[in-house]
Amino acid sequence: MNLKPSTDTTTCCSSSLEHDCSHSSEYAIEVSNLCVEFENFLALDEVSFKIPKGVLTGVVGPNGGGKSTLFNALVGLQPIAHGTIFINGNPPEKLLGNVSYVPQKEKVNWRFPLSVNDVVSLGKLKHKPFYKIFNIAKDKEIEDALRKVGMWHNRTELMVNLSGGQRQRAFIARALAQKANILLLDEAFSGVDIASQKEVLEVLKELRDEGKTILIATHDLNTLSNRFDEVLCLNRHICAHGNPETVFTKEVLIELYGSHEVMLSNHKIGQHGDS
Amino acid sequence: MIFDFLIEPFQYAFMAKALMVCVLIGIVCPLFGAHVINREMGFMSDALAHPVLPGMVAAYAIGINPFFGAIPMGVIVALLIGYIVRKSNISNDTSIGILFSGLFALGIASISMLEPQNSSLNIESILLGQITSISIYDLYIATGLTISTLVIMLFFHKHLLFTGFDFEGAKVAGLPSHKLDYLLLVLLSIVIVVSLQIVGVILVVGMLITPAAAASLLVNHFSKIIFLGILFGIISAISGLYVSYYFNLPSGPSIALISTSIFGLSFFKKLQTS
Repeated sequence: MNLKPSTDTTTCCSSSLEHDCSHSSEYAIEVSNLCVEFENFLALDEVSFKIPKGVLTGVVGPNGGGKSTLFNALVGLQPIAHGTIFINGNPPEKLLGNVSYVPQKEKVNWRFPLSVNDVVSLGKLKHKPFYKIFNIAKDKEIEDALRKVGMWHNRTELMVNLSGGQRQRAFIARALAQKANILLLDEAFSGVDIASQKEVLEVLKELRDEGKTILIATHDLNTLSNRFDEVLCLNRHICAHGNPETVFTKEVLIELYGSHEVMLSNHKIGQHGDS
Repeated sequence: MIFDFLIEPFQYAFMAKALMVCVLIGIVCPLFGAHVINREMGFMSDALAHPVLPGMVAAYAIGINPFFGAIPMGVIVALLIGYIVRKSNISNDTSIGILFSGLFALGIASISMLEPQNSSLNIESILLGQITSISIYDLYIATGLTISTLVIMLFFHKHLLFTGFDFEGAKVAGLPSHKLDYLLLVLLSIVIVVSLQIVGVILVVGMLITPAAAASLLVNHFSKIIFLGILFGIISAISGLYVSYYFNLPSGPSIALISTSIFGLSFFKKLQTS
């Protein structure tokens, strides 16, 4: 696994610490030749793409298409077999805290009886010295984050009692409290009605306009797909990447949701698109 | 009359010491219990209690305070359970069950072998709790350990909320999620060892989870569950002590009966309101 920066813009970071690394690369996310293997299964094969800063990208593909695996790799939770990942010009391991991850709802322990305010304040934990963590729940930045996503009036409600869209907005507020400049939302729209999806998307667009880079994974190819700035079509490899109005051709849709036997015939363990 | 009834047990020095330990465990058990019930770790905490037995027996055998055998054993078991769960394909509860039964069996076997030569080693008091055996040193150690765990918990409470609620989100936010989970297990094993002398190996899990679970039926926010749980915990431990004294019962079952009754009442109340 090669984690050394390979481009001119990124090498400046490793050699000179006075540079602000978060601005050293014009891309928020750069992935090249990424492969992820699970025992006998090739989950991602030769995935390469670049996402500029301040762009709202939909990662579209079927269930099992590797969207969550890609997100896990981007945040350093998933070991990779091959390829490189740079987040703001740095390998993901070095940027913990800079990215905020909203997991699929199945990954969250809803049994925990926490209020919206509690969850948002957790985003500040990493930024506070030990002796200041006792009253983080009353921090002004938490109020700002909650107001921004329109959840200030729901702040005392328990997370488990919220609707799907409200939960997503609470997690977005946590990301804001965390001061993350990249947001990854895994299946943010699953189980969320269309009206609430639009509300969440409005909040995300506002954040995008402030310079945040946002990736939303969705298996559901619906009308909202056209509202992303870019779409990244992923079915274990990149089928297409670009403007949603031009990207969804018949061929791409067949590759995404059609039969895969022919398409994946060249994808095997240990052979990362070389053949 | 009532006053005499309440005061009488404490003419004995051991009862006064037992009372103080009861207050300590009444506070610390529900605090950790709130995390245990919300992380569905009830079986895990039971499994932390039983394997401590061989450590206690070893300490008795070489004539040192049982804390010094039980604490390292508790910590080792806590780390080992975490390690096995992370590294093996065997499911959580299976790995826990294997350690639980194997080490508990080792403890029982060694008690049976050592009991004839060591009069202070009594299988019933280890399993069910024995208030008369609490020495002033036990009280000092229990106080020191309880205060230490409370202080550590004060600092890491929110971190543990984050990892318990959203493990991966916490990791991405830069928290050492795995280490925090190990920390919880280690602290939990210390709490369990402190509680063992009063409630015994078998019933310690009741003290840990029952007051917190009863509280979770009546209030719905994490911090409220902790405070009400502590109230229930102290009530259970102290009234259990009286029951133990007046009915000449082992302290563990007395406390467990009271806490389970509180749970029953809370459940009834919950049914009424919903």
